[in-house]
Amino acid sequence: MSDVVLELDAVVKRFGDHEVLSGVSLQLRRHDVVCLIGASGSGKSTLLRCANMLESIDGGSVSLFGQSLMDPRIDPDLVRRHIGMVFQSFNLFPHLSVLDNILLGPVRALKRKGSDVREEAMTLLGRIGLEDRADDFPDRLSGGQQQRVAIVRSLAMRPSLLLLDEVTSALDPSLVGEVLDLLSDLAHQGTTMLIATHEMNFARDVAHQVAYLDAGVLVEKGTPDQIFRNAVHASTRSFLERVN
Amino acid sequence: MASTISTLVILGLIVSVLFVAPGGASFRHVFFDPHNMWVAWVGNPRKGILAIKDGLVTNIWMFLVSEVIVLFFGLTLAWTRMSHSPVLLPFRILATAYTDIFRGIPLILVVFMVGYGLPALEFGFVSTQSNAIYGVIALSLTYSAYVAEVFRAGILAVPNGQLLAARSLGLTHASTMRRVILPQAVRTVIPPLLNDFISLQKDTALVSVLGAVEATRAAQIAVSVTFNESGLTVAAVFFLVLTIPMTRFTDRLLDKDRARRLVLAT
Repeated sequence: MSDVVLELDAVVKRFGDHEVLSGVSLQLRRHDVVCLIGASGSGKSTLLRCANMLESIDGGSVSLFGQSLMDPRIDPDLVRRHIGMVFQSFNLFPHLSVLDNILLGPVRALKRKGSDVREEAMTLLGRIGLEDRADDFPDRLSGGQQQRVAIVRSLAMRPSLLLLDEVTSALDPSLVGEVLDLLSDLAHQGTTMLIATHEMNFARDVAHQVAYLDAGVLVEKGTPDQIFRNAVHASTRSFLERVN
Repeated sequence: MASTISTLVILGLIVSVLFVAPGGASFRHVFFDPHNMWVAWVGNPRKGILAIKDGLVTNIWMFLVSEVIVLFFGLTLAWTRMSHSPVLLPFRILATAYTDIFRGIPLILVVFMVGYGLPALEFGFVSTQSNAIYGVIALSLTYSAYVAEVFRAGILAVPNGQLLAARSLGLTHASTMRRVILPQAVRTVIPPLLNDFISLQKDTALVSVLGAVEATRAAQIAVSVTFNESGLTVAAVFFLVLTIPMTRFTDRLLDKDRARRLVLAT
């Protein structure tokens, strides 16, 4: 098996007349951590949603483990079971306890036995130090705790790839650290991740590759060193100046 | 203390109209005569007066049965209208047309159409049911359309992120609706739903136009025999007895929900 996990090839996405992605190509190998940077509205979120088929694409192709997702026989529900996604607004299920939030996917989508998954879920909660909050409802938790639970919820599906959509943008500044620490841990353990983020320091420290998106165009990508120190394109340099 | 006094004064003022108005005495006799009220309540077989208390039983089972039907049919309509599958398009159109039609036709016309129309079909057991059954059918047809819209509003009120999160976990559309969207929608929908049920409970009175002997019909019969309207007052009071607990319960739910939101907002 090739170790290419996700491959986007010249992906085009339009909303009506507005072209949100104009031929974006990107490749993630196993254990890769790729950070997408760029201004709000540059197409980062849309790119992530195209990767797990939450959005259909209007041109180009997306493939997972070498299998094209353009094939009409592909069941999007099966694809999404291999791809975890974490959102800016957490999107925990407010009517379910923390534990039931984590169990829902494995039990209802993967049809695994609740008793088996429960143990794994408690281990995952232990990793983020929240095992004593298993029976609490999400609204009892701080934003940082909720987001860490949301990350653990997608990990419980044992995904081959994790998509993270500005997961710290809705957080109180004092709570950003605990979430980024968890992501760094995951990166060190070899989790394959595609991360849309505004946290430049985090991208510099953790990413293997940084890709800069501007108005739906992937302007350039490279190692954090290349992007943050020696960006080739003027638009990349001016973006980085504005955010720093 | 001040509140008690003001309440008593206002109530006294309202009631005093019945005593100071020129026609007050005859009004009190016509609508609040204790003897005629009692007769209308217990009935008098010799004079052909049917008891309101027996009629009320008909109202109660009619609204209980209708409410169960409305709950299921209303949810089915809402679900159908919100489906995405291309195959279901004809059903989506039907469901939309249905809610438009039955929200638009006055209930009393639906009662007439069902109560006179189905027997006229001369179609086996469909045409040989009691008027109360036809009443249940008419109530269910109309209120399912209202309740479908209530459910739909509740489903639409669930933030889109919930859908995205559930689908990203690989849950199917049906599973997402059942495990994630509906449980949240139902919670927001309970107060407006109960409001519709309160309306439904008192609208069982409309079935009287078919001649089904429920409380309103029994009261009308008592009025026509005794030439005294007190029976109507009795019927009105007992409709209140049926709906007020529900009204208060709905208000309490709303208050509790508001309190919960306030706690979360802080």
